[in-house]
Amino acid sequence: MSVLKELERASLSPTKDLDPSHHPMDDYLRMDRMPHIWCPTCGIGVSVNCFAKAIEKARIPLDDITVVSGIGCTGRVAGYMKVDSFHTTHGRAIPFATGLKLANPKLKVVVFSGDGDLMAIGGNHFISAARRNIDITVICVNNFNYAMTGGQLASTTPEGSVLSTSPFGNFEAPFNLPFLAESVGAVYVARWTSLHIYNQTVAMVEALKKPGFTFIEILAPCPTIFERQQKFGDGLDRLRWYCDNSIIRHGADTHDVDIKLHDPVIVGKFVDKERPTYLDSMNTHFRKRFGDRYKDYEG
Amino acid sequence: MDGDHACCEGALAAGCRFVAGYPITPSTEVVERFSRRAPMVPGAFFIQMEDELAASITLQGAVWAGKKAMTVTSGPGFSLMMEHIGLAVMAEVPCVFVNVQRGGPSTGLPTLPGQADMMQARWGSHGDYEIIAICPNSPQECFDLTIDAFNLAEQYRVPVMFMMDECVGHMMERVIIPEADTIEITPRRYTKLPPGEYLPYKPGEDLVPEMFKAGDGYRLHITGLTHDYKGYPVMSADIQEQLVRRLVDKIRLNAPKIWRYEETAVEDAEVVVIAYGITSRVAVEAVAMARKEGIKVGMLRLIVVWPFPEDRIFELASQGKGLVVAEMNYGQVFYEVDRCARGRAPVVLAGHGGGTVHNVEAIVEKIREAHKCRS
Ligand SMILES: Cc1ncc(C[n+]2csc(CCOP(=O)(O)OP(=O)(O)O)c2C)c(N)n1
Ligand code: SF4
Repeated sequence: MSVLKELERASLSPTKDLDPSHHPMDDYLRMDRMPHIWCPTCGIGVSVNCFAKAIEKARIPLDDITVVSGIGCTGRVAGYMKVDSFHTTHGRAIPFATGLKLANPKLKVVVFSGDGDLMAIGGNHFISAARRNIDITVICVNNFNYAMTGGQLASTTPEGSVLSTSPFGNFEAPFNLPFLAESVGAVYVARWTSLHIYNQTVAMVEALKKPGFTFIEILAPCPTIFERQQKFGDGLDRLRWYCDNSIIRHGADTHDVDIKLHDPVIVGKFVDKERPTYLDSMNTHFRKRFGDRYKDYEG
Repeated sequence: MDGDHACCEGALAAGCRFVAGYPITPSTEVVERFSRRAPMVPGAFFIQMEDELAASITLQGAVWAGKKAMTVTSGPGFSLMMEHIGLAVMAEVPCVFVNVQRGGPSTGLPTLPGQADMMQARWGSHGDYEIIAICPNSPQECFDLTIDAFNLAEQYRVPVMFMMDECVGHMMERVIIPEADTIEITPRRYTKLPPGEYLPYKPGEDLVPEMFKAGDGYRLHITGLTHDYKGYPVMSADIQEQLVRRLVDKIRLNAPKIWRYEETAVEDAEVVVIAYGITSRVAVEAVAMARKEGIKVGMLRLIVVWPFPEDRIFELASQGKGLVVAEMNYGQVFYEVDRCARGRAPVVLAGHGGGTVHNVEAIVEKIREAHKCRS
């Protein structure tokens, strides 16, 4: 609750935001790379803003945080964050992040990427990192399609969606990401939409602060492709739709949160539990095995 | 000690403290030993990843966090790693990929030797690039040259391919491990410039830029996309030309410093056998037999295969010496030798599909053939 209060206070505090010589995002974004590549009313930028706020709220020094992305529109996030950032290969942001974290456990490592990247080509890495409880935060912007390559079917595309490689409508069953994440061992699982700026930010703060594999799914409009292809209007129309059609249900059974094209979506914090991280388990195990001869691995 | 174990010890001696692996015969003993050794070596870490795609990029994350790192595999795993060899080239990540070669294609001969991944090591990833590849021929060299592999990786910020073969990996021989303080180790080339002044991809005189490490306050961006000195993606033919040109040139122009080969009795030789890895040990026998027959034959053993010692091969060919390439494949290094000979001398392939080392007589036969073409 204190986190929420803090957030409220910050968003009301006018001093920094009103200083014309200082854009509120100056400290967080690479302003020398603006304008960014994202389309107007795309949901990715919203999450980037929330993420910047979350870093501030979680009080993580910017020098300690690293952002890793794979490939895709969302995969470009790393390039805009003014922290050590790595734009890697398609699907492999999680193992890259695993290497960073395990080689230097003091780093706060965040993976910020698309659903195609993290869940289809990268699915094996996602489930393996969650199983091991690698201490990283994974933020997945789910726009239900492969946007950067022009709008193909994704492993999250709802049944019935028309995309360039499902011209007659998708008939594959999509992943239910919170269920997947929980079932493979993520210690924190939440889903919000681009509309839920506040909740999304809180989720990021909580995930950043929690040791272990934490996962946030953000349902985001891709007005240029997905929304247009489904004749859902533009990004704003989609936000209005989310406003009327998202149901907040904290602690919902993740079995029940799958997404149908026209049905209301369930959002909220679904999982928040404790489990030793990979390195904790390793150190505890080797201490037991080798006694005093073993010095805890700290990077 | 066998070659696989010696390779592991060489890596530890070189300062490697991070290994991400995925089991595959005949390379597995390297990581098995590392997993046993790691808990008792301060700062050392081993993880068995979910696959080779993961292993080959986990190690790059570890490098950016400050570790010396390697991964170990064999043919099929090496194929899976190709995209990340490209990333290591593009982002200039010093690291070592060990490939204990077996017979291919596909799953081929898991427990038997091959030398047919040599061109994959050179060209397997997409795009234009140069890497360094080293071929040891004994367990002692598996130890010594693994240290070299790490040193060259740091010197040139390039992924180094350590191309063993099943025979060398599983061969038992005496390995002498020198005193730690006599081993030369190339440290990582970290910048001394402060944040703000340092540009991560601005090359030094030798065309190699200095590194930084995540968490040191530089707040920089690294990408596999074509990038400028700042590390920012730039989609332009101009920047592509500058960057790729430099990536290639930093190895090509420094090649004479990287080349390593061994010559035996080449001065008076009319035929020179060229071989590397385990095949070089069989070829030595063949050379001795042919000498007994009265053929003046010498031997050139390639230790660093890539970059290729083009100048030396051209010299030998220009002197009119017939060349025989003995390798466990049907023509990989052979084509390079043929190219470098530029028609000045006959080049004959003593090829072999793998699974067992060459029959000595088969190489002798090729020596006779080259000798005949020459006269
Ligand atoms: C190995 C490989 N395969 C395919 C691609 C092409 N590719 C680039 S982005 C992308 C899909 C990205 O989709 P998603 O992760 O959902 O991100 P979005 O663009 O929707 O944000 C694909 C398939 C690639 N870069 N690398
Ligand atoms: S194509 Fe879609 S996901 Fe990509 S930037 Fe445009 S709106 Fe966003």
